[in-house]
Formats: sequence, C-alpha cells, structure tokens
Amino acid sequence: MTDVKNILLVGVGGQGTILASKILSNGLLEHGYDVKMAEIHGMSQRGGSVVSQVRYGEEVFSPVIDKGNADIIVAFEMMEALRWLGHLKPNGKVIVNNYKLPSARINSGIDQYPENVLDRIKEKANITIIDAADIAADLGNRRTMNVVLLGSLIQAMDLDNIDWNTVVKENIKEKFVDINIEALQAGMNCIK
Amino acid sequence: MKKLLTGNEAVARGAYEAGVVFASAYPGTPSTEILENIAPYKKDIIAEWAPNEKVALESVIGASIAGARSLAIMKHVGVNVAADPLFTFAYTGVTGGTILVTADEPGMHSSQNEQDNRYYAKFAKIAMVEPSNSQEAKDMMLESMKISEEYDTPVLFRMTTRICHSKTIVELGEREEAIKKPYVKNLQKYDAVPSVARELHKKVEIRLIKLEEYSNNSPLNYFEWNDKKIGIISSGIAFQHAKEVFKDTVSYLKLGYTYPLPFEKIKEFADQVETLYVIEELEPFIEEQIKARGIKCTGKEKLSNQGELNPDIISKSLLNKSHEMIEYDASDIVTRPPTFCAGCPHRGLFYELGQRKNIMIAGDIGCYGLSGFAPLNAKDTTICMGASVSMAHGAQKIFNRYNENVRAVATIGDSTFFHTGINSMLDVIYNRGNSITIILDNRITGMTGQQDHPGTGYTLQGMPTTAIDIADLIKAMGVKNLRVINPNDLNEVNESIDWALAIEDEPSVIITRWPCALKKYSSQDLEEFGPIDSKCIIDEDACIGCKQCVKTGCPALIYDPEKNKVDIDPIQCVGCEVCMQTCPVDAISKVGVKND
Repeated sequence: MTDVKNILLVGVGGQGTILASKILSNGLLEHGYDVKMAEIHGMSQRGGSVVSQVRYGEEVFSPVIDKGNADIIVAFEMMEALRWLGHLKPNGKVIVNNYKLPSARINSGIDQYPENVLDRIKEKANITIIDAADIAADLGNRRTMNVVLLGSLIQAMDLDNIDWNTVVKENIKEKFVDINIEALQAGMNCIK
Repeated sequence: MKKLLTGNEAVARGAYEAGVVFASAYPGTPSTEILENIAPYKKDIIAEWAPNEKVALESVIGASIAGARSLAIMKHVGVNVAADPLFTFAYTGVTGGTILVTADEPGMHSSQNEQDNRYYAKFAKIAMVEPSNSQEAKDMMLESMKISEEYDTPVLFRMTTRICHSKTIVELGEREEAIKKPYVKNLQKYDAVPSVARELHKKVEIRLIKLEEYSNNSPLNYFEWNDKKIGIISSGIAFQHAKEVFKDTVSYLKLGYTYPLPFEKIKEFADQVETLYVIEELEPFIEEQIKARGIKCTGKEKLSNQGELNPDIISKSLLNKSHEMIEYDASDIVTRPPTFCAGCPHRGLFYELGQRKNIMIAGDIGCYGLSGFAPLNAKDTTICMGASVSMAHGAQKIFNRYNENVRAVATIGDSTFFHTGINSMLDVIYNRGNSITIILDNRITGMTGQQDHPGTGYTLQGMPTTAIDIADLIKAMGVKNLRVINPNDLNEVNESIDWALAIEDEPSVIITRWPCALKKYSSQDLEEFGPIDSKCIIDEDACIGCKQCVKTGCPALIYDPEKNKVDIDPIQCVGCEVCMQTCPVDAISKVGVKND
C-alpha cells in the first residue's frame, strides 16, 4: 500500500487557499488517488486563520491531519506557517510565501506581529521561501499568488506528472485560465 | 462519474437521486450549503428558505402528507426550534418519505453549544442514520427514503461538521423518480388529537421493534473482521478516525444506522472480541445503550465527550501513542479573531452603543454577535436565535422593579428577527415592556454567507417576491416609537440612542437599514442606497496618530507604530465614512472611484 501523504495549506481568509486546495485535490482525483480534503467554513473564516487539509494515497480514512503528521505545509502567510509548524513531521517541508498579512488587532496597534518568523522556521524545518506576491504581480495579477504557491507545492511533492493545465482549465473561469497556468508554471520553477 | 464532493454537496445530490420533490431549511453552519446545492435542481425540486426551522419542518410535513418525498435541513440547534412538530410527526409518520437532516457541530466552530442530536432520535422514537463520508451521505439519502416509507417514520439524518465540510470521492447515480402518492384524508393518522394520539403512540412502539429488526439486518451496519483481540464499535466521522489509527489490526462493527441500535449484531460482535471499545464523538449515545443491555465496553472513560474527535486523541487515549512533533516557541503568535468586515453597517451602531453607560446589551445570533469583542465591547449576552428581544424585556422588567438605573437594549439582525424575533417583539409590546429593540437590517442573512430571507424580495431559487418591510410590520404590531436610520451616520445613531433612552414607559424600536458590505446589490438596493463608488483616504500629514478611528475596529485601517500614522487599505475600504466621522482633525476624506 502506498503511504498516505498529508498536505496542509494554511493562510488567511480571502487568500485563495480553498481554490488552491480544490485544484490540488481534483488533480489528485484525476490521477486515481483516493483523496480527502477538510476545511472549516463559517464564523472562523472572517479575516481569520484558515486551513485546508488534503490527504491522498491508495486509501484515506480520516480527513484530518494530526499534529506532527503533515508531509508538507504550504503557508500563504508567514505567521500562519509558524502557527501550524507543530503539525509538520520532523523531516517535513515548509513552503512559505514571503508575505505578511497583519491581523486587524495588529493593524490597530493592540497586538504585535511576531519577529524573525522565517529564521525561526528555518531553525526547525526544511523551508523554501517563495516571493509569490512579486511573481504574481509580475504576471499581471496579484490574486494568482495562490496558484504560484500551488505550483511550488506540486513540484515539491513530485506531482508534476499530473496534467495540471487541464485541471486548472476545469476549475477556473475561462478568462483567468491562461494567467493561472502561467502562475502554476512560475511556482513550479521556484523549486529545484 | 466520480466527483469530489463535500458531505453537504453529497446530501444535496442524494436528495436529487432519491426523488425528493420538496426541501426546506433555515441557513446555519455547518448545514447551509445543502439547500444551496439543491436549489439548482429547479426542474425537479421545490427548494425554499423558511423563516425558521420549525416552519421548515412543518412545511415539509405538509408536503409529505400531500404525497411527495420531502427533506428538512437544519443545524443542530435548529432542531431545538423544530422539536415541537418533530415529536408529533414521529407519531403520525409519513406519506411521502421524509428526512430531517441535523448538522451537528462538535468543536463549535460557529455555534453556541455542541449538543449531540442523536438523542433526538431516541427521544422522538424515530429512525436515524449517520454517514461517515460523502459517498455514504449520498447513498444514505436513498436508503433513508426507503426506510421512511417502508416503516412509516421520519428519518433523522445526522451529519457533523467534518462530514459536512470534508470533500471525499462520490460515485454519482441517476435520479429515482418516486411516484407521487395520492393525498388521502386520514384523521386516524394525521389528526393528532388525544384520542388519535393514544393509538398512534401504540404504533410508534411497534414501529420501534420493527426498526430494530431492520437495524440488525441493515447493510448500513456491518462487520469488518480482523484480529479479534480488540473490537471497535463506531459511527460517523469517529469511524474514519478509528480506522486511521487501527487500520486492519482490529475488528470493527461499523454502524451507519444508529437508532434503534442493532443489539443482535452488537452482542454477536461483543461475544467474539476480547476488548470492546466504543469510539464516538461527543456523548456516549451508543455506549450507554450497550451498557444498559449488560454488555461490557470502554468508551467515554477514555475519550472526552467535549470537542471534535481526531485520530491523535484516539491514539493517545487508547494506545498511549502520538506523533513526534517539532518543539518551538509559539508564545508570540497572535490570534486572528473574526471581525466586522470593512464597511460593515453594524460598526457605526456598536461604536456608539459600546460607549454608553448603564445599559445591558442583549446580543443575538449573527455577524453582530462579534460586537462583544474589543475594541467595540458592545454586548452582554448571547443565548439563541431571537433571544435578545425577549431577554432584554425580562431584564428590563427586573431593573424597573428594583429601581435600578439600567436600560436593556436588544440587538438583532433582520433574518434573526424574522426567525423568532417577531414573537419576542410581541412579548415586549403585549406585556407593556419598555426595553429598546434595535433591528440591524443589513438586507440579507450575513453570517452564513448571503442567503435571502422574507425581507429581501427574492426567493432561494431567484424569483422576485413580496419583500416584507420590517418597519411596516413593527407599526402593525402597535409600536408607536419607531425610527429607521442609516447606521453609517454616527450623529443619527447617537441621537437615536438618546431618543430611545428617553422613552421610559413604552417599547421603542430602531431599525438600522443599510446593506451588508458583502452583499451583491439588487436593483432595489441600488435605487435605495446608491452604488459603492467612493473610498476614504487619509491625509498622512494631517493624521496625528490618535488612533480614534482605529477604535471602530475597521480592518481597512492600518496603524503604523513607527510613523505613528494610520493608513486606509484601498482594497478593503468601501467608503462607509464611519472612520471619517471619528477623526478629530478631519484628516480623512472621501474620493470617488470608478465603479466597475
């Protein structure tokens, strides 16, 4: 039996983690894996910390990823990477967007954004930093940041044998397909 | 065809395939997307938002009696509202097969309690199923329809958040067209007056015996034999977590049909395994009944009855094992509590209300429930849908009786007012109350994600309909002191609160009328409120860094401690002008933007 792989996509409500995990899980489904994906909707999503959990393999039971059991964490925001680090396997990988989104309480001066986030992750785990916001902006649409990160994830998990362009076409509005395919490729190119 | 579906999408698909013709619900996390995903089947299914869950179930009962397969959907606490019709519907039974979906919320991601609604099946003496993934959720809709019609019972279809919102693979099927049954007037079945109800109760007890037979033979309850040292009985998402931990090293009795329980199967299983665990989320619903039959098992003495279950908890509790984790300092990671959106029409009201002394603010269920957090601090209580108005009334009566100088103010949304606030308002008026009721009419159901309701002028399936005007309704109920205000105008808000506080011997009502910042404006909205075509900007030189604007809690306002200045995020700002009115040095102004 092939091992089940566990992917955690974390970020802030509105960053497009849900769309990224939707594309990811549909690609895995097309490839013939059993796939489960868990998210939480509702009150917790308003400007809050969001997480999508994607598990795939020959047969997946629980949709939930335990602490210490994620093979990879893709963080769309830096502080969120640090928040979820406890879910990573000790030899797991972290892909972090080089991007800060302060909370409303930080913006209003009540809380402070933690310091040296990237260095602190680097001390503990195998980290790859992606300038997804800049890459997306260069492509002409900052909102494709999520698909850039998805591209990096796909490459890091050696999932590039799946026909992702078709999956993107099936899951994204027609007028945004081309730019998102470019974003995906740009993200994949970030991983060596 | 195989598709990845959430449990909610799967239930919707299952309703379609099972030949459902009528479906009704009130939105509530985690159940909301079920009816939203049924709505597109316009040709086959009549799908309606009801004003509350009691009404939803009653309309479904009517549809069933008229002869069609029917479905009511609600969150766990919604079943409390619908409990009255449920318990007698349990006596009458059905004509068209009928399912009641209860979406429970272990962990309370977006709820006020985590009650285990499986007890409703036992309490009302009706059949119950519990899917453990999306495929089962879809398939069990079809099986439940058969159970409902064959055994003449409503079926409680018990979902939980992790089933509702997790995507798993589903093989789709075709729609099974059920033949509409003729309507037959039948007083002995449907006229639950005492003489009839006594006879119906006898039938309910006989039905339970037959349902237990079904349970023992149901394909939904099955063994998975492996090593027999440990045997696990489990249902719902707990079964998937258990399999994650124990894989094929133990034997399982998987229960998909959980009321009445299959005691013959349970006994057969218990006899063959050395140690028997019952793994369930929340309460020991299965465990207690098994123990009552004299079968030894272990469950809640090891597993908590609080919060969501997961593989980690099971592994730690039963095997004393957990994954190795990275140790690190997380002490300075700050939370991201939910906030009112930029431009939320609730902000202006709570900014002013939170500054008042000697008031008790009774809150309600909806986005405005966020008013209790800093920096607004404008809420004292939350209990349930509609409770703010009646609680404020009761509290005010006591403050009055003991001559305490406190005024009770209820804050309730438009959808919640239609849900159960109307009845509470009647209580205030009828009983000569003098509490203040503020109805925050944002023209939509906000928290659950923009659902229409009786005040919006549109049905779920997009048909224009009568928009019930809350102000007209309040007047018709006999309230003399009524104001309809723009909550983004702080002077108007302040002056209206003063006005209401000055009315000491009669009920007063303030309606704040402005659309939710996330609402897609209808043509009526555009006509009444105009397009959103301008934003606020800050003159950095003029800003003195006093942070007064920031006290409105608007997430578009970004304070830079190094510069001691505030900036406005142009992407989030919708130009509501609330911050502008709080600035003591007029550093904030408004600029027009192209409306696209």
